Amino acid sequence: MLTADHVSFGYDHARTVLSDVSVEVPAGGLVGVLGPNGSGKTTFLKLLAGLLVPTRGCVRLDGADIAGLARRTLARRVAVVPQETELAFDYTVLEIVLMGRYPHLRTFELEGPDDIEIARRTLAATGTTHLEQRTFRTLSGGEKQRVIIASALAQFETGANTTRGARDPRAEATSRTQVLFLDEPTSSLDLSFQLATAALVDTLNRSHDTTVVVCTHDLNFAAALCRDLVVLRDGQVIASGPTETVLTPDTIGAVYDVEADVRRHPITGHLTVVPLARR
Amino acid sequence: MRDTTATLAAPHPATAGDLRTRVWLVQIGFGALAVVTCLVAPLVGPTSISLSRVFDAAIPFAENVDAQVFFIARLPRAIAGALVGASLAGAGVVLQALLRNPLATPFTLGVSAGASLGAMLVITLGVPLTLLGSAAVPLASFAGALGALAIVYFLATMRRQGLSTLVLLLAGVTLNSLFSAIILFVQYLADPAQTLQSVRWVMGNLDVGGYGPILWGIAPIGVALVAFARLPRALNLLTMGADSAATRGVDVLRTQRLAFLSASLATGAAVAVGGPIGFIGIIVPHLVRLLVGADHRLVLPASIGLGAAFLVVCDVAARTVLSPMELPVGVITAMLGGPFFLWLLVRHR
Repeated sequence: MLTADHVSFGYDHARTVLSDVSVEVPAGGLVGVLGPNGSGKTTFLKLLAGLLVPTRGCVRLDGADIAGLARRTLARRVAVVPQETELAFDYTVLEIVLMGRYPHLRTFELEGPDDIEIARRTLAATGTTHLEQRTFRTLSGGEKQRVIIASALAQFETGANTTRGARDPRAEATSRTQVLFLDEPTSSLDLSFQLATAALVDTLNRSHDTTVVVCTHDLNFAAALCRDLVVLRDGQVIASGPTETVLTPDTIGAVYDVEADVRRHPITGHLTVVPLARR
Repeated sequence: MRDTTATLAAPHPATAGDLRTRVWLVQIGFGALAVVTCLVAPLVGPTSISLSRVFDAAIPFAENVDAQVFFIARLPRAIAGALVGASLAGAGVVLQALLRNPLATPFTLGVSAGASLGAMLVITLGVPLTLLGSAAVPLASFAGALGALAIVYFLATMRRQGLSTLVLLLAGVTLNSLFSAIILFVQYLADPAQTLQSVRWVMGNLDVGGYGPILWGIAPIGVALVAFARLPRALNLLTMGADSAATRGVDVLRTQRLAFLSASLATGAAVAVGGPIGFIGIIVPHLVRLLVGADHRLVLPASIGLGAAFLVVCDVAARTVLSPMELPVGVITAMLGGPFFLWLLVRHR
């Protein structure tokens, strides 16, 4: 369980970006964070992922305040796929995925056979095995995103290797919610890749037991994918709960100042939002 | 261009064993290259000497002219070249990763300009020369480097939590111009003999005249190299961006601080020993990336080894090409480095 407990945050004293936000993400949940530009979505994600520290309140992962966890400990359980990844130097896909193993290795340790195996497994899970030896810059936007997802997933898996478990006994002892954050995953993808990304995230959530939090301004993407939604406006939670109850014309009107038609699509069975007019 | 790169680049590791082997091969290979270059370079020069006579234990050192030329006249210079080359190339790699900019050099952040200003002031004002003797110029330049380092670091950390690489870059570039202006002003006021001496210093000179300067230089350079050894994996992750590195478990601020301080220390010490010898810090890392790929666990040790060997070879060229006249070594590296830098610039756009 990932919990935001009365979280407030401001980049400086004058301006508050988030005020008193409380959200619960159940283990195994698939939650969408919605809101217009400037509503504090990305800041909220950074707070949940431990990249920023709340000015008030705290973020807990299975009960423990993440501000008190070491970076490496947190990185084994919380991974972030940013909107875009730019590399200063051109690494191969396998090298990028192996970078996800960072929190499992000591300063001078090189990746071992089990790390490579885990990397290959995450490549397979994201359908990018065939890209292994390509360099990152030669990939398309959609391929890049999948490789970054693979690299993020590589942070989680603990090798079956018992010596590694022995080296870090705490890794086995704690109950482990593993959270994958995706920031605007569809922003630079065409329709086909948007569907593919939704399917991938759904599979990771269902069959790999990964808790997923998706930040997006794409209402239909969120409606098709997420079981629960949190809607932000001006740094405050306007609505939260199951997708069915949150995604109503009233909520959309209150958040975006837009009149919208929301109905179940006859073929997909998901709620579908059609904006009609500005209010 | 891409085809050339593909053929030059070694195959990337497919298994853990491969990576391990490649790390060892790179460390041993480039290390051996540096050592062998240091041993061969002193054999080259106007007085020809033979390696077997140099190491002939049957001849006492006092009568062995070959050994005297080798150990007293030429070896210190080769070792100085190796230390300076290794430091500048290593610092180049670290700063390029820290700033996420392939065109960064050890001189980007103003440390070398600070070092030059320090050296200039001593050469021109001349006062402390009497107090410290021949060590005055290197000491002053090292002090100048530390001063510049402190200013840039203070500016980059004062504005917000953490270390802003953007401010680091801007402050460094600004400090470079500011110090250059002060240097010009000091030179304008100086008499021609002092100006000549300071211009010579800026061109770089590895004729350290003995083992003394090497011993002073070894301490800061050694500290920097030990720090470098801790960095490569974190540097790999930093090239994805600070946030991506942090979510993968990197202590970003600590890494940036260690990278900036160690690279600046290495640069300051290298400039104090050999003057601001340009282009090593950019040619060598990029050549190495063409050979071994982007992984800093390979790039950093390979650049340190190749940087050492490259500068020693350039210095041999500097003292033999127009012998008995000597060319400034900075001119040689610039003549090789300038066109190479432009080629990189075009290739990256």
